[in-house]
Amino acid sequence: MTTHDPAGDQESVYAGLLGDTDASHWAFGTGFDDPLAGVDTAVPDGVDRADLAAYCLMLGDDALVLAQRLAEWCSRAPELEEDVTLANIALDLLGQARPLLARAAQADPGAVPALPPGSPAPPEDALAFFRDEPGFRNVRLVETANGDFARSTVRLLLFAVWRLALLERLRDSRDPVLAAVAAKGVKEVAYHRDHAARWTVVLARGTEESARRVRAALEAVWPYHDELFQSHPVERRVAAAGVGPAPEDLRAPCAAVLGEVWAAAGLAPPEVPGLARVGGRAGRDGVHTEELGRLLAEMQSVARAHPLGSW
Amino acid sequence: MSAAPGPAAVAAATARARRAAAAVTDPELPMLTLADLGVLREVSADAEGGVDVALTPTYSGCPAMAAMRADVVRALKAAGFAEVRVRTALHPPWTSDWITERGRRRLAEHGISPPGPAPRHGGPVPLSLVPRRRALRCPRCGAGGAELTSEFGATACRALYRCAACGEPFEHVKEI
Ligand SMILES: [Zn+2]
Repeated sequence: MTTHDPAGDQESVYAGLLGDTDASHWAFGTGFDDPLAGVDTAVPDGVDRADLAAYCLMLGDDALVLAQRLAEWCSRAPELEEDVTLANIALDLLGQARPLLARAAQADPGAVPALPPGSPAPPEDALAFFRDEPGFRNVRLVETANGDFARSTVRLLLFAVWRLALLERLRDSRDPVLAAVAAKGVKEVAYHRDHAARWTVVLARGTEESARRVRAALEAVWPYHDELFQSHPVERRVAAAGVGPAPEDLRAPCAAVLGEVWAAAGLAPPEVPGLARVGGRAGRDGVHTEELGRLLAEMQSVARAHPLGSW
Repeated sequence: MSAAPGPAAVAAATARARRAAAAVTDPELPMLTLADLGVLREVSADAEGGVDVALTPTYSGCPAMAAMRADVVRALKAAGFAEVRVRTALHPPWTSDWITERGRRRLAEHGISPPGPAPRHGGPVPLSLVPRRRALRCPRCGAGGAELTSEFGATACRALYRCAACGEPFEHVKEI
């Protein structure tokens, strides 16, 4: 424990961290604490528990998988400030994923993979690290490989514009946990969206090379965009129950915001068909591109090698 | 068997618990207490020697939350409370407007520019293609006209600036 020293000067303010016999200050973030500790987690009347869990996995997996992709930029971004920025955005998304996965586990404990007896991993970690690829319900946009900085920027733009529009509406969810996660997330994702939009304009209006790259990025990423607005039956049912917005209702507001960015950047989305569904199924059904398998292999390897591991 | 403590004793215990919890510092901005930062939302003692505390996270992924929770438990146990229950208050979400006047002064004294008023997000958040203009004073030399280096600093809650007058970089706590 550290206490405030009113006479503390600029040098001594960190002293409380050093003279402490308790080492937990140096290990923060590693504890297995419940992100919903003490939160009222009753499920509202008329909401199907399995649907609520599946919906929380969809929104949680979108955030988790993109957080993992953005974290791959650590130490590789074009400049130090951008490295720090992408790590911060990843951390915000990871922070949104945690209560969503925890909420999914509460609503439908059957959705959580079984772990060996004695494993200290909480349900949110079991969902993140011990679920196989077909159990992930993220849209395919977030699993696409980073490519160059332009491609990661355009991917973040498309995702953040959509997620902000979704979270703005989710603030009115009948589910109190989703409403609280959304109210917090709106403030964060607004920064992510504006950041990605500014870089898109800078790259498009920059050098010939940066403009070429951002146009190529838009060509590559645009086919994944439409899937964001295709309703899954779970999304339709939670929308009918007042828990989440209907995906198709986000189409017009997202197009309006993106239109502002394209106008400022002098860009136009390509006339290409959206990525095909597989037998009518896509990311929300657990049908993914081969990129997700590689991402999960890296993300899950440590936890799976040490299912009883504790810090 | 002794009688349960009366309301006056419970009120005194709550005041003592509040002082102990309020003095715990933020592990990442140790010049601020949890009370300065505005994350300490509720402290109330009961008649059985226990205490309930509500903390609200600053950012969804703030890794300091677990440390804050552990520090609050330790501080209250050291203050003699047998059972400490810390709950997460997700709603209403934290805003930088909750940083106290004392907290703002402490930030500036330690070279960190305090936040301006937070934007209100009722409806859709309008797109902003240019960085938000902030009227900042360099916490070292007091000059205005600092230049934004990055909206994202060493932690999610801070942006990076460079003072045009003295040339020193400094951090600004973001409005959220
Ligand atoms: Zn200066």
